[in-house]
Amino acid sequence: MSENVAEGLPATQQAGAAPRKPVVNDFSIQAATVNGSGSQSANSVLLRTIFRMGIPVSGKNLFPSNIAGLPTWYTIRASRRGYVARKKELDILIAMNPETAKEDVLSLPPGAVAIHDQSVDLQQYRADVICYPVPFDKLTAAVCPEAKLRKLVRNMVYVGVAAQLFAMDMACLEKELRRQFAKKVKAAELNWAAVQAGYQYAKESLTKRDPFVLERMHATDGKIIIDGNAAAALGAMFAGVTVVTWYPITPSSSVVEQLIDYMRKYRIEPDGKATFAVVQAEDELAAIGGVFGAGWAGARAMTATSGPGISLMAEFAGLGYFAEIPGVIFDIQRVGPSTGMPTRTMQGDILSIAYLSHGDTKHVMLLPGSVRECFDFGMAAFDLAERLQTPVFVLSDLDLGMNNWMSEPFEYPDKPLDRGKVLTAEQLRAAGGFARYRDVDGDAIPYRTLPGTDHPMAAYFTRGSGHNDRAQYSERPDDYEGIMERLARKFETARTLVPQPVTVQNGRSKIGIIAYGTSDFAVLESRDQLLKEYGVDTDYLRLRAFPFSAAVHRFIESHERVYVVEQNRDAQMLSLLKLDLPAEQTTKLRSIRHFNGLPIDARSVTDAFVFQEEI
Amino acid sequence: MAAPATSPVAPAPKTNRIGLQVLDYRGGKTTLCAGCGHNAISERIIDAFYEMGVAPERVMKLSGIGCSSKSPAYFLNRSHSFNSVHGRMPSVATGAVLANRTMNALAVSGDGDTASIGFGQFAHLMRRNLPLIYVIENNGVYGLTKGQFSATADVGSKLKTGVVNDLPPIDMCIMAVELGATFVARSFSGDKKQLLAMLKAAIAHKGTVILDVISPCVTFNDHEGSTKSYKHMQAHEEAIAEVGFVPHFEDIAVDYDPGTTYDVTMHDGSHLRLRKLHENYNPSDRISAVNALMEANQRGEVLTGMFYIDTKKPDFTQLLNMVDEPLATLPESCVRPSRETLEQIMESLR
Repeated sequence: MSENVAEGLPATQQAGAAPRKPVVNDFSIQAATVNGSGSQSANSVLLRTIFRMGIPVSGKNLFPSNIAGLPTWYTIRASRRGYVARKKELDILIAMNPETAKEDVLSLPPGAVAIHDQSVDLQQYRADVICYPVPFDKLTAAVCPEAKLRKLVRNMVYVGVAAQLFAMDMACLEKELRRQFAKKVKAAELNWAAVQAGYQYAKESLTKRDPFVLERMHATDGKIIIDGNAAAALGAMFAGVTVVTWYPITPSSSVVEQLIDYMRKYRIEPDGKATFAVVQAEDELAAIGGVFGAGWAGARAMTATSGPGISLMAEFAGLGYFAEIPGVIFDIQRVGPSTGMPTRTMQGDILSIAYLSHGDTKHVMLLPGSVRECFDFGMAAFDLAERLQTPVFVLSDLDLGMNNWMSEPFEYPDKPLDRGKVLTAEQLRAAGGFARYRDVDGDAIPYRTLPGTDHPMAAYFTRGSGHNDRAQYSERPDDYEGIMERLARKFETARTLVPQPVTVQNGRSKIGIIAYGTSDFAVLESRDQLLKEYGVDTDYLRLRAFPFSAAVHRFIESHERVYVVEQNRDAQMLSLLKLDLPAEQTTKLRSIRHFNGLPIDARSVTDAFVFQEEI
Repeated sequence: MAAPATSPVAPAPKTNRIGLQVLDYRGGKTTLCAGCGHNAISERIIDAFYEMGVAPERVMKLSGIGCSSKSPAYFLNRSHSFNSVHGRMPSVATGAVLANRTMNALAVSGDGDTASIGFGQFAHLMRRNLPLIYVIENNGVYGLTKGQFSATADVGSKLKTGVVNDLPPIDMCIMAVELGATFVARSFSGDKKQLLAMLKAAIAHKGTVILDVISPCVTFNDHEGSTKSYKHMQAHEEAIAEVGFVPHFEDIAVDYDPGTTYDVTMHDGSHLRLRKLHENYNPSDRISAVNALMEANQRGEVLTGMFYIDTKKPDFTQLLNMVDEPLATLPESCVRPSRETLEQIMESLR
């Protein structure tokens, strides 16, 4: 890829004589709008056009907990190197919201671009920003005679302006716009006219003075774009989920809403009957109760929720653990505590889920770090829950769940469903009976039967109260200890079955980094920064599950210092690691945290690392 | 030791229509107090399932927390049972029934579970008309925590300690009628005949059955001044109708007078015969059911009998348009879409 593309630029842009070297496929655009104004469509078209041009791209929606009328920002990052984390510095601002325009432009770094309505003078605040005033109302009115639609169409004008200024491929753009409005031909025409009006205006009336341009690549060929919640929904559908009980909560609702859409399409028998049941429950207690009722009766059952829902599910989580009932809980984490910031992201439920419920409880957690893993772990969670006979939590977050991400296409599972240790009537006839909570195989996982198994010895009594290995009520000390010791051993079995961490280790670095989930994107970029800017080569381990496997222990053992990067105040994963490590190793752990509600960015990681290393 | 040659041949043990003895429906030995109303209810449950000839393996028992919720351990040992969380049995039952709609679901909870901690779940269960028999073992007190009032205790009812309840009770039958249950009845643990007939009719019903059974707590709420005592029930029970039940596998021998008796044909072809004992009794009308209940409450009488029945309203599994087979055991080919489907979805995301 050529760094110098000035020759390839249209004449109007060359006339501007960019003072800086062109910046190709490496910048971020932020559209500041008002929620409820249809900006989602405009931003989606921008994002997908860049994707369609073969350029790695990511988009982040920063929206208020509100239906209409409050400020919303959408950030698109094009990165030829493939970085998809949030970029701390903005390069291009599209200031469509007069309420926030001043604050928005003041936050830009020097040399950045501001596209804004000509009625406001943003240049007065920042002489060092390149301003492109645009008569949005005039341009919109010319293409949209219907006054009440103008609010929605206005945003498409900025798409046209941006397309011209930053050299977007108009054929790609038109294709994406028509895809966006596939079911509404009239809307497509209207919006396309708005794009063209913006494009034409920029071409004729603006002189390009900034260095930012897009140039076709082939880095996205064959890739898909999907949000993490849709990916998790697909994972659940391909895992054969049959019972879904849920209660709406941001940012998890779209897991189940998209799952319903997919299942209505792909999980209906030829006679029109559904191979699933979805119940919108009265609250999260009922949602999780439904999961364990269904899991107990043999269904693959799930719910999706967020922090406040997890808190409400605590009592049932203990029942699921103690009575050994499979169930899958997707937690799309948002900012807590309490109501917190419902539309902002956090990795804040790690500790509360690891030990959710009273008494001695421990839960299996899967930690997807990409939309691909939302799909893969979405599937794996059901196999693990049935294999281990326990609740399995999949911890995604708002950033992963509600934003669009590029991905390699998902792969069809190569193994059949693992329904775990379930005894049939024939097996009971051969064995003459069974003890529900007895460790027969030495892996601490007992056998279970399902209601309806046609054998007089099939039934057992499930309870959250003390029981012996025949599932009989018991308060005997040795019975209780026996059950609890076996559950602890079962957790050891889980260590060997959960997804193993992903490790990048060169054998020389003394410093390791551990991260998980959406912190991965920032860490990948930060490690490059550390190497390029500071000459520090780090090893990296990405956690993908709790309990931690032996590989995590080995990684920490083989480094002098290990930085745990996460998005919460209290270093929750670091604390969890400490509980799992030999005492002498816990002193190796350092912490890098980011918890302001915005997704973590590479620069913040790098700066914190450099500060602590005293480089 | 060999039996004496003269001993008479033991008669063949009595069996039901599927060849099982009543013994096959028994449970573990009760650990509740001697004389507890719940034990009598357990006995009637055993009789009802035995007499209806339901295989115990085709029943699942669900309960919450409390004395009543322990009782599933004392009947139907050959049925799977789930003693869940306080007040949350309805949600567990919902999941279980959806997982396997071919099972008979029998739920037992107390008045604490139902009218207090789990009131929300109770209400939403009614709305869904989930096919399930919900027996409320109602004694007006929290037994396991030693005798505090529950939300079904009547105004003026007195604890043993002399404390008087001055909050109004929740009438769960009125609530159930209002919220959409399709079989609403009240009985008394001491009324063997009525309770057994109701339980058998409940087994024949497809939809949510609410059976509020006044079940005196002999330890904490059976004294002078209690309105849930045996003595109070004997003095104040007032039946709205006489409940007769003819299962589908028996011939209907007796004719009835349509002027005095309602005949309800149940889902399985059984017949419920309700002989009016009250003016304006109409078990297919929700308003008259609520009226009768409210009037009796005002008079200080405990109205029992069949208050409301609707055999036409679709149950929750029908509303969800689910396949007939249990979701729990659908084969992989039914629940995991094909490789081509995934390809197709991936293509749509490119």
